[in-house]
Amino acid sequence: MSTNLSDLLYLIPIVTFILALRFLSSPAHARRGNQIGAAGMLVAIAVTWVKAGGASWWAVVIAMVIGGGFGAVAARKVRMTAMPQMVALFNGVGGGAAALIALAELHRFLPPPGRPHIDVLTAIALSGLIGAISFAGSMVAFAKLQELIGGRPITYPGQNVGNVVLLAGLVAFAVALAAGVQDQWLLWIVVGGGALFGVLFVLPIGGADMPVVISLLNAFTGLAVAIGGFELENNVLIVAGMLVGASGTLLTLLMSKAMNRSVANLLFGAFGQVSAEAAAIAAGGQGGGTVRSASAEDVAVMLAYAHKVVFVPGYGLAVAQAQHDVRQLADLLEAKGVEVSYAIHPVAGRMPGHMNVLLAEANVPYPQLKEMDEANPEFSRTDVAVVVGANDVVNPDARSNQGSPIYGMPILNVDDSQAVVVLKRSMNPGFAGIENPLFYNPKTVMLFGDAKESIDKLIADVKTL
Amino acid sequence: MSHNMLLVFELTILVLAIFLGFEVISKVPTLLHTPLMSGTNAIHGIVVAGAMIVLASGHKGPFVWVIGFLAVVLGSANVVGGFVVTDRMLEMFKKREAAKPVDASQDGKGGS
Repeated sequence: MSTNLSDLLYLIPIVTFILALRFLSSPAHARRGNQIGAAGMLVAIAVTWVKAGGASWWAVVIAMVIGGGFGAVAARKVRMTAMPQMVALFNGVGGGAAALIALAELHRFLPPPGRPHIDVLTAIALSGLIGAISFAGSMVAFAKLQELIGGRPITYPGQNVGNVVLLAGLVAFAVALAAGVQDQWLLWIVVGGGALFGVLFVLPIGGADMPVVISLLNAFTGLAVAIGGFELENNVLIVAGMLVGASGTLLTLLMSKAMNRSVANLLFGAFGQVSAEAAAIAAGGQGGGTVRSASAEDVAVMLAYAHKVVFVPGYGLAVAQAQHDVRQLADLLEAKGVEVSYAIHPVAGRMPGHMNVLLAEANVPYPQLKEMDEANPEFSRTDVAVVVGANDVVNPDARSNQGSPIYGMPILNVDDSQAVVVLKRSMNPGFAGIENPLFYNPKTVMLFGDAKESIDKLIADVKTL
Repeated sequence: MSHNMLLVFELTILVLAIFLGFEVISKVPTLLHTPLMSGTNAIHGIVVAGAMIVLASGHKGPFVWVIGFLAVVLGSANVVGGFVVTDRMLEMFKKREAAKPVDASQDGKGGS
């Protein structure tokens, strides 16, 4: 197939990808959009198949069956609550593929006389570096989310300095490569070093900041793929990669805005590293207050006789898979004439919009889902706010304790309501490892235990009332 | 097309794609941010096309062949996994759309 014809046909996937994103503007036709995008991807693969011209075709088939089979099984089997790590994993393999393409492309030009242009060499160095960072970073994010390694930030002295020096060194190698020092080893160093940087870069970032990290790594992979398009002179890679790059960047900015922190602070601040001062304040606060724990019966009475109940879901809801039970409890309360809604913080959970997906799975009607700006004014006329496995997004320290790592982050003001019920496993600080004075507030009662079991008990008790 | 012309042309589409991306994505509601991330994740699976080209040129040596093979494995996992996960998520959003009229009588109060 001539390059002109294949480029012309590549317009089909380009258009379908743009449509897929456009259709995401409403839940009504979002799924159709995704199917259109998938169809476009098939066209892109078919065109590439013909263009590549049959060589090693059986290898392509075997590789696709292995990769595609793994992808299909993993994607079908994963529980809705484990989505963030699945997205991190698929993001990582894409970045890995981009880095491998860079390695292969450079090898094709070596040894001379195949002397590539400087822009192709630059593209190879960059996509190798960014792809490797994205691959390794995503794998660490996956491990953290899957709780293979601890979610808390891992820090050591000289961390930021070390990372900056490493990155600067890698950029220097990349520049040397682009300038024409044609040595395959140079690229291996860039790719290997990029992978090391990816690990070191994500390790210190606390679990609570994962939505931002995943968005950013998504943008990285998109960028690596777009740059890969320059190596292969392939328009569809450039456009599709850059669309993803733009999307990931935009989401990263939205997330950091929702936490009222700069992107730089999120990435290099080793969030969740409790400063001595904040710890002292938190400890002082604890000394004065006590934690009130309640039984499911007590809470059931509070809920059944309330006028307005607001559920505040967090990652604990996802872990316990309690979304269906919460919906059931809400239905039961509504049948008793209680007004029920859900307050959703933009960074609740482990990826942007995570809670929306879980509550969608449980068929919660859209109008009951309130975003932060909509939910906050309503707490003052709320009788009971039920916090299900959320922690940092309702931590009043964000408003008042300047030493707190989350100071300045907009939160859901659940303490404005008449009473607060917190469903929590134990008094351990959350994923981010920060103390929460809400638990010591006289308005608050704690219902300890697995969120799903607690909600089930509440359902049983509300039924008997 | 000379190499430099091609480069300028490619840079032009790159820049246009950035603006298009920002434009299209800023219209996606918060409700759908997770499917957006997962959907764009599937779209960068287009890297599999690049990987196929590399593998097809694999007769230039075993090194390129092995690297190309691995890249196609990773790329196709990205494509298939990405689209399937996104479809599963969006399926739930669609289901609720259908269930809504039924719920409407119950949550007239909670709604609006």
